[in-house]
Parts: sequence; C-alpha cells; structure tokens
Amino acid sequence: MITDIIIMVLCTLGAIFILIASLGIYRMPDFYTRLSVTVKASTMGVGFILIAAMIYFHDFSVTTKIISIIFFLYITSPVAAFMISKTAYKRGIELWEDSVIDELKDTDFMEEIHKKNHKKTGQH
Amino acid sequence: MVESYLLYVVAPIIAVSLFIIFLRFLKGPEMYDRVISSDLVITSGIGLIGVFSIYYNDSIFLDVATVLAVVAFLSTIAFAYYLDQTNKNKKK
Repeated sequence: MITDIIIMVLCTLGAIFILIASLGIYRMPDFYTRLSVTVKASTMGVGFILIAAMIYFHDFSVTTKIISIIFFLYITSPVAAFMISKTAYKRGIELWEDSVIDELKDTDFMEEIHKKNHKKTGQH
Repeated sequence: MVESYLLYVVAPIIAVSLFIIFLRFLKGPEMYDRVISSDLVITSGIGLIGVFSIYYNDSIFLDVATVLAVVAFLSTIAFAYYLDQTNKNKKK
C-alpha cells in the first residue's frame, strides 16, 4: 500500500515536471531560455518516473537498467544542450531583448573560432 | 489502483505535454527550435514508456527507453555538427 502511494506520488511529480517543461518550451521568448527548459524535463521528470518504475518492479536487473538510463540522461543532456547552443550562438541567433548578461559578447569568441578554422585549413 | 491512476491521470498529462511540444515543433522560427523540440519529444517519450512499463507490468519496454536515450543524444549532436558545417561553408 505504501509502495503504491510512493509510486503514484513519484509519477505525478515526473508528469508535472514534463508538463512544466512543455509549457516552457511553448511560452519562452527566446531560443536560449527554451533550451534551458529541456534539460529540466530530461533530468527531473524522466528521473522521477524511472525511479517509480524501479520501486514498482524491485528486481535487480531492472534496477541496473534504470540506473544506467538515468546516468546516461544526466551525463548527455547538458552536453547536447551545450553543443546546440554553441552552434546557435556562432550562427547568430539573437538573445531576448530583456536579457541581463551576454558573457560571450565582449570576448574574442568568434575571432578565436575563425583563427582555429584558418589554422586547420592552412589559410591566412 | 496504481494502474488505473497511471492510465487516467499521469499518461494524459504526458500526452498533453507532447501535444504542446509538437505545437512548438510546428511553430519554431529557426531550425534550432525544431531540433530541441524533437529532442524533448523523445525525452518525454522515455517517460511515457516508463509509465507504460508499469501499466503493463512488463520490464522489457525499458530496453526501448535505453535505445531512445542514445538516439536522442546522438541526433542532437549530429544536428549541431551538421548546422555548424553548413554555417562554415556559407561564410566562405
């Protein structure tokens, strides 16, 4: 009985996190704020639901499988978000007009990238 | 008790959120928005697969969740690399 209540609470928390993430990706004004929302769903929402499945089955093989899925999601989703946001910033996707800080604006980020590309291709 | 709660409360919430994410996929002004929304569709699908594995009392669905997690990561990385390379060719 107590495990039933724990499973229901964890599944509800996960579903609410996924719902918040979907509302965020629809309503946020900017690409980068939309990107910040997706990581929450993939870590907290799916994590809670898979932990509920782990409690429901209480089997060793299922627990190993679920821990591997959660570990993989926690490792890879920030890496994917970093890669796509770096590409978007290089392409020139603009920030929201009310953004407070743009830390890459004053650095020589773009010039460094161009220098690296010229070094690779051997041009001046 | 748990099965009916999952079927009538949790699964509809995830289905509605998948619909809202798909609206962003249709609307997204840039290609990057479509990439991250498809990534979020796959991630929410992992949650739906977890719910259905509890509902059907069958843990074989979690193998599909593993494969989908790998596919979501690799597709996002591949799209980032592809968009990066097209950007470089345009500037030359």
